[in-house]
Amino acid sequence: MTSSKKDPVLVVLQLSGAYDALNTVIPYSDPHYKDYRTVLKVEPEEVLAIDNNVGFHPSMAPIKGLYDQGKVAVIQGIGYPNPIRSHFRSMDIWHTAAPEKMGMDGWLGRAIGDMDPNKENVLTGVNFGRGLPRALATSGVSVASVGGLDQLGVLTGIDDQSQRTEALDIFARMYSPMIGSGPTNDYLSQTGLDALKGADILATAPESYTSNVEYGGDQFSQWLKNVAQVHLAGLGSRVLYTGLNPGAFDTHANQTTAFPQLWGQVSNAIEDFYQDLKDHDASQEVVILAFTEFGRRVLENGSGTDHGSGSVAFVIGDAVEGGLYGEYPSLEPDKLDQGDLRWNNDFRSTYATLLEKWMGLDSKPILRDSFEQIDFIK
Amino acid sequence: MAENDIALMGHLMRRAGFGAQYEELETRAAKGYEETVEELLNPKDHPDGMDLDLAERYFIEWNHFVRGVPEYITWRMINSARQLEEKIVLFWHGILCISDSKLQSYPTEYEELELFRRDGLGSFRDLLVGISKDPAMVYYLDNCLSHKGAINENYGRELLELFSLGVGMDGEFNYTEDDVKECSRAFTGWTIANSIPQQPYGRYAAQFLYNPDDHDEGEKTFLGETGNFNGEDIIDIIVKQPATARFISRHLYNFFVADDVEVPSWMDTPPADMETIKMLEEEYFRSDYNIKSMLRLLFNSDAFKNARFTKVKSPIETIIGTLRLVGDWATPKPGMEFIFDEMKYMGQEILNPPSVEGWHTGKEWIDGGTLVHRINFAADSVSNTEFPGVKSIIKKLADTGPSLSPENLVDGCLRMLGEYEISEETRRMLVDQNSKGGEVLTDSDDFDTTVAEALRMIVATKEYLYA
Repeated sequence: MTSSKKDPVLVVLQLSGAYDALNTVIPYSDPHYKDYRTVLKVEPEEVLAIDNNVGFHPSMAPIKGLYDQGKVAVIQGIGYPNPIRSHFRSMDIWHTAAPEKMGMDGWLGRAIGDMDPNKENVLTGVNFGRGLPRALATSGVSVASVGGLDQLGVLTGIDDQSQRTEALDIFARMYSPMIGSGPTNDYLSQTGLDALKGADILATAPESYTSNVEYGGDQFSQWLKNVAQVHLAGLGSRVLYTGLNPGAFDTHANQTTAFPQLWGQVSNAIEDFYQDLKDHDASQEVVILAFTEFGRRVLENGSGTDHGSGSVAFVIGDAVEGGLYGEYPSLEPDKLDQGDLRWNNDFRSTYATLLEKWMGLDSKPILRDSFEQIDFIK
Repeated sequence: MAENDIALMGHLMRRAGFGAQYEELETRAAKGYEETVEELLNPKDHPDGMDLDLAERYFIEWNHFVRGVPEYITWRMINSARQLEEKIVLFWHGILCISDSKLQSYPTEYEELELFRRDGLGSFRDLLVGISKDPAMVYYLDNCLSHKGAINENYGRELLELFSLGVGMDGEFNYTEDDVKECSRAFTGWTIANSIPQQPYGRYAAQFLYNPDDHDEGEKTFLGETGNFNGEDIIDIIVKQPATARFISRHLYNFFVADDVEVPSWMDTPPADMETIKMLEEEYFRSDYNIKSMLRLLFNSDAFKNARFTKVKSPIETIIGTLRLVGDWATPKPGMEFIFDEMKYMGQEILNPPSVEGWHTGKEWIDGGTLVHRINFAADSVSNTEFPGVKSIIKKLADTGPSLSPENLVDGCLRMLGEYEISEETRRMLVDQNSKGGEVLTDSDDFDTTVAEALRMIVATKEYLYA
């Protein structure tokens, strides 16, 4: 297979529930760490050391493997102004890139609108999940959102093909936008037409796909497989989105069991996905952003951790200049923000970098301001 | 019977219940609107609202709750004559959320649904006390892991953010991070008893336990008041806040009247219909936080009556409403998993809301994937001429005369679906589609297929996404 220069693709993994940054990239040599985390601490010899100060949680060995190949940028101290410890408001902020006021539309939706202003391809943005994340929801922008690549297609219950064609024709006319019908109706119209157009194309993606990679049986791994299928089918998708169920990483309790299990699952899926692309000579076409809505309280609560602030995110791919970026927030008691890691790195800098240096877009209109960029793209 | 009385009754039954067949709408409209509201609020039927005897003999596991709670609640939504009781269970289930994927204990989840059925129309204060002692909730939000000197903030936070005050109102925050901590302290000691071992005793629901030794007896300052508060004192402070009145009123409005913006926006986005919200807030205080009083006022208000087809139906409303319409599942049979799969594909799996925030509503129910499932499910159901409800629609239309014009066919189907209203453009397209054969003879062999096909296209319209 020969590769020609293709349009850059961004894969976004929303790891919901707020993973515990302090136990994800662990400041294992900081003496405060084991004081704060008597139950949840990871012993220094178990940490997958990045350098003498920090290292990955042991369940993240596959990501450490990619890191060692220079393909992972670790964005430390990431957060947003005036942290709010509500999952939902916080996720909204990540989705809309509007921390100060209530944003209604998504940053990726705006980026998609920029890339495909005439809505020539309903598959420019594709989400795999139950429900469209607000990051992709922007009025006047078409995106496909599906629960999987099986069971697509409108009015499939009509057996007679010519009758179905006729019914779909009426369907298309009934969902054509009507003047003055209001934003909800416009949205429903658009979604109906996009579903009609997108479903048939998306359904073809698995047909041309062969792979030696066996993804995990869990939903997240399967969705990442769908992402690979859609990318490799060459449907012109530029933003592919999926994630864990909301609340997955919300480890108020039993963190020692749930947390490694989740990171193990996520890390394996990312490794499989990367390998799959690499086998198809496509790994240079894709950059992955993995993020969560906020960090967790520095002091554990017994068997888990409560909601916190500063977090860590990951950017992964061949085009990525691997390494540590930003500063690990201080664990000194007087440097904490109400007991939480203090963020020092606006999440919109990471967004701006991805938009400008990877996607080749002007980030200012999308993020509605200019943000300092980081040097994690080659 | 005036058609607009039936149309209004169709609206009431879609909102205060899961919809009704045309004949039921006629009967209820004949009794009167206010009378029906009263009957929904104070049902006098059989305490179960249906004959559960047959179902319990069929679904024998219900007696043991080894599994079957999703089946049980679904069965009730479809078959109960006390429709508002089941609707209010769904209402609270979407706000005071728990999730089976964490609890994995149907007996315990069943107890919570019974709490909503019993107290869901009563005092909101009592309901908050009830939910704070509900073993499913105590476990779901980790209050059993919150101890004197080592609080777990999960319940304390969500009680304020998602169950009562909301993050903020009129641009101001309703509580601080310190309030969350103090609230959590007050609920220490509210825990669950050690569970009864499944072997050899079988499955039992978890039990609430107040452990005074683990309760933080220290002084707390919460929302500006100071004292040695316990959980009930905190709830007493919560329920008298204007923010709580606003929060509950907006939830009732969003669920029963018209789609509001999503809950996280409520701090900064005022209600679209402030007049109705104010009316509900006043009734909340006047009635000592009584949900039934608020709903009585709401259902009899013009704001409610004029809100026909302004809400995007939830997946469960779509599924249960369709099953009631076509008369499926009126008697027990195997295969109910099919219903739960549909709920999941459409984005509203009963007993498994995506997070403690519940489901996002309104147009957020719809994306390309969920829309396709919704349309296909409704289209396949109403075009199946074996279903008794579909048969009865066909018969009622056949009884109107020897033949039907394309217009009368489409309008008749819309009427039978509960007086659905669609735009003139859409109606024109449906009429055109049915015009090829001209008048249809109601005694012809393919009359039932003609009706089925017309129904199928109607439920695929944009308008049918609304209720």
